[in-house]
Amino acid sequence: MTNSISEIEGAGCIFVIGSNTTACHPLIARRIFRAKENGAKLIVADPRRIQLSRFADIAVNHRLGSDVALLNGMMHIIIKNNWQANDYIQQRTEGYDDFGKTVEAYTPEKVKDITGIEPRDLEKMAELYATHPPASLLYAMGITQHTTGVDNVKSCCNLALLCGNVGIPSAGVNPLRGQNNVQGACDMGGLPNVLPGYQPISDQDVIKIFSKAWGKSIPSQVGLTITDMIPAILEGRLKALYVIGENPKLSDPDWNHLHHALKELDFLMVQELFLSETAQVADVVFAAASVAEKDGTFTNSERRCMRINKAVEPIGDALQDWDIICRLSTAMGYKMAYDTPEDIFNEITALTPKSYGGMTYERLGINGLQWPCPELDHPGTPYLHKDRFPRPSGKAQFHAIGYRDPAEIPNHEYPYFLTTGRMFAHFHTGTMTRITPKLDAEQRTGYVDIHPNDAAALEIEDGDMTVISSKRGEMEAPARITDSVSPGTLFLPIHFGENPTNVLTNSKAFDPLAKIPEFKVSTVNIKKFS
Amino acid sequence: MDYKFIPSVCSYCGTGCGVLFQVMDGKLMGTMPLKTHPVNEGKLCIKGWNLHEHVNSGNRLKHPLVRMNGHFRPATWEKAIEFASNRLKEIIGKYGPDSVGVLVSAKITNEENYLAQKFARACIGTNNVDHCARL
Repeated sequence: MTNSISEIEGAGCIFVIGSNTTACHPLIARRIFRAKENGAKLIVADPRRIQLSRFADIAVNHRLGSDVALLNGMMHIIIKNNWQANDYIQQRTEGYDDFGKTVEAYTPEKVKDITGIEPRDLEKMAELYATHPPASLLYAMGITQHTTGVDNVKSCCNLALLCGNVGIPSAGVNPLRGQNNVQGACDMGGLPNVLPGYQPISDQDVIKIFSKAWGKSIPSQVGLTITDMIPAILEGRLKALYVIGENPKLSDPDWNHLHHALKELDFLMVQELFLSETAQVADVVFAAASVAEKDGTFTNSERRCMRINKAVEPIGDALQDWDIICRLSTAMGYKMAYDTPEDIFNEITALTPKSYGGMTYERLGINGLQWPCPELDHPGTPYLHKDRFPRPSGKAQFHAIGYRDPAEIPNHEYPYFLTTGRMFAHFHTGTMTRITPKLDAEQRTGYVDIHPNDAAALEIEDGDMTVISSKRGEMEAPARITDSVSPGTLFLPIHFGENPTNVLTNSKAFDPLAKIPEFKVSTVNIKKFS
Repeated sequence: MDYKFIPSVCSYCGTGCGVLFQVMDGKLMGTMPLKTHPVNEGKLCIKGWNLHEHVNSGNRLKHPLVRMNGHFRPATWEKAIEFASNRLKEIIGKYGPDSVGVLVSAKITNEENYLAQKFARACIGTNNVDHCARL
């Protein structure tokens, strides 16, 4: 997030696109409601009629995968009405002319053809966003899990820049992170192309610094992404996989394809709390400590690094993940010896001077600190890009982005759109929430949301078992008839291993740059189980 | 009776709500919202209120498992680490360091993520490091 969670309350307008905030980030949704009480306008764009839509000043259900057209359409209207922030554009951005030309073509009529949104609704969205500053844009995986994921994000940034909404409080472009430490995992260099602090592998000076600090020369060739690893296994290039605290067998696209790939591995090592679907097919399983059984830090969506503290001893012989990694590394001949996570943290801060450099366990206290925090007396950074953008020119770049169709469009064989996501009581692959009695009681099984018109046409009644199929495979789920989905669109939650949604999703359709699979759009057929 | 509250952070979504773990005589009893926390100001969602439940679950793995002749056998840490280390060394020896991939985690701590990628890069010698941020 460019801005902080608490700043949402001060926004003049909040635009939520591709985030089911009340279900997936309830305590961020609370800030939206507080902002509404303070008089903020709320715009919601989502292919489904999510709970937040009911509280919106304007809510639209655009066609799956049409986000770029929707955003370009809003910007077309803003420019036509001269609502853009001209001084800001001139002083703080570049690339406006090319971008302006692209947006010019996205007339409300053209946008209606692509998105299904009525011109008068689009105009209201544009007007509310542009004329109630500061405007905060919130998004989640509804924007990113597309073949056009990067285009979607850039379009969100274009909109924010156009109205001068980056670099000021209570505004910004704010991706809501889905996991407790996904921000931290990226910050710590858990990516194939960067070292901790986003220092690029391609920079020889960076390689030198880390090689010296670690006492070992480290490779300078960019590694494989998770999306590339699966084909690499099937081609015999990747032989061993060490999976820490993830359940790719349920969370990755195209279950059958992945299941086959994992079987091809010579060696699979899994570090987990539970015998997850992935752990069940491993060669070695390491029993890891849970959040309450260890010390360390998490970094949340708003870049706030916070300490977690050990409340109880690990169950059985389980060990903290850092301890397991140290033991394994030392056994393999590269010694890792730390007394406490604090020792590791101090090594991190020394190697990430621009972001975590000014942090210590003592300074973090209970409230934590938001990076960038480069000096020991730096108070942390509630919002980014106040005076300049981190580019050589110091200016932000507009991108000219045209609309592209998602990889799959309904056809005769697979006439329904399918989208996937979470529901309020469960988390991700359900390994933690489904064994929690009060959460399990909320929703015990998977289900498929289907519109009443579609259900009637297929003679499906509420609770009937259905068979859903795609080019990849088929699965069964009981029907839940609801108008929260549009006619022609189905929704499946991702939490339930016995109704494995990702049997259906497409592993071959992903964003060319970010390599994120298109979980949010695939095409399927559905029929009543007989 | 020893009763205490330990401040921590919820490990469900990326909001990062402050919690207090309730601990009685070394046993985790409950999860409470942290009243003064800048993120959640004393509130939690249904998942957060139940955060402690998965920690105490009977389904938790309590020791390492090693697959022998197709079946999992419980193992000591020494045995499991030795087995894993030997297999990895064998594979690296035969196919090189880039034949190994490491998936770090959006669930574990910064310190653990840092060590996991350091393990991949410095110990194994590959940049095949990724996690579910792109999923």
